[in-house]
Amino acid sequence: MTESPCVWVYAVADDAAPPFTGGQIGVGGGAVRPLIAAGLTAIVGSVAESEFGEAALRQNLEDLDWLERTARAHHEVIETVAKERPVVPMRLATVYSSGEAAAGMLRERAADLRQALTRLSGRSEWGVKAHVAVPDDGADGQQPETDDPATGPGVAYLMRRRAQLAARQDAREEAVASAQAVHAELDRLSTSARLYPPQSPEIAGRSGSMILNAAYLVADDRAEEFRAAVAELAAGHGTLQLTLTGPWPTYSFVGQDGTEDAR
Amino acid sequence: MSEVPTATATYHPAIREERVALVDLLDRVLAGGVVIVGDVTLSIADVDLVTVSLRALVTSVSALIEGPDDSQEYR
Repeated sequence: MTESPCVWVYAVADDAAPPFTGGQIGVGGGAVRPLIAAGLTAIVGSVAESEFGEAALRQNLEDLDWLERTARAHHEVIETVAKERPVVPMRLATVYSSGEAAAGMLRERAADLRQALTRLSGRSEWGVKAHVAVPDDGADGQQPETDDPATGPGVAYLMRRRAQLAARQDAREEAVASAQAVHAELDRLSTSARLYPPQSPEIAGRSGSMILNAAYLVADDRAEEFRAAVAELAAGHGTLQLTLTGPWPTYSFVGQDGTEDAR
Repeated sequence: MSEVPTATATYHPAIREERVALVDLLDRVLAGGVVIVGDVTLSIADVDLVTVSLRALVTSVSALIEGPDDSQEYR
């Protein structure tokens, strides 16, 4: 390779944690390695400027296949590293022109990063999504047409349809109230919470509207309690379909509080 | 990518997710993570990475959904 490679930063760990030796293959096929400065270890990898330089990145981020490949590679490295030690994950596409430039960032932001590491240590992120359980229109025990001689089938249809719509509206309102109750309870069990915009049905690849898309920062020793609470809430709120994902690296809880000035 | 890195539990038989869903991942890696602007990405951050990428996502997905082959599913 004749061009000098850029440096992709995955995450930052404290160098007091079990030493990170690297070696796995990450974004762009580059090997992952530690970069140490200011008592911190950045988990980095070399990437080609032709693919990850500014102009190329701008274009590649618009390519969904590229974006997926890159996001998954970024995530897999962070997830592996985070199993052994607390880390502060970096946003996708944090790229430096050289190792020296990345080391400069570590020195400059050392205090914030250290504070975030302390705050996130022993905690993981869990995702909870709630969808409105879609009423099974027409199929669920609706009466077959009964030709009431007084009103006729047309009126019967309209009345049935109106009842159906009213039921659906009621279900929606109940689902929203349930989602609020679910969030309140999970918020209570977690250190902090972050709400994401609901995913659209097209993107989420399923029907039924999403009314809660939340991330919770949960102490690892309360993870079982949290999972059990989600299961219990799911059982208690029939109007919702809850999905639990995790544990995730703490993507949603950096740069929000504590490291706010890192933005 | 052969392993399932993240456990997913679903409390409804109609839903199942066998691996990290891309959309959940993008929520996090594009809107989460520490934002420390690399010297290479300086002006990309200015453009708002999230908007750029999600527009790509939405566009691609609707292209798939509206495509001639209805059986194609977004993964």
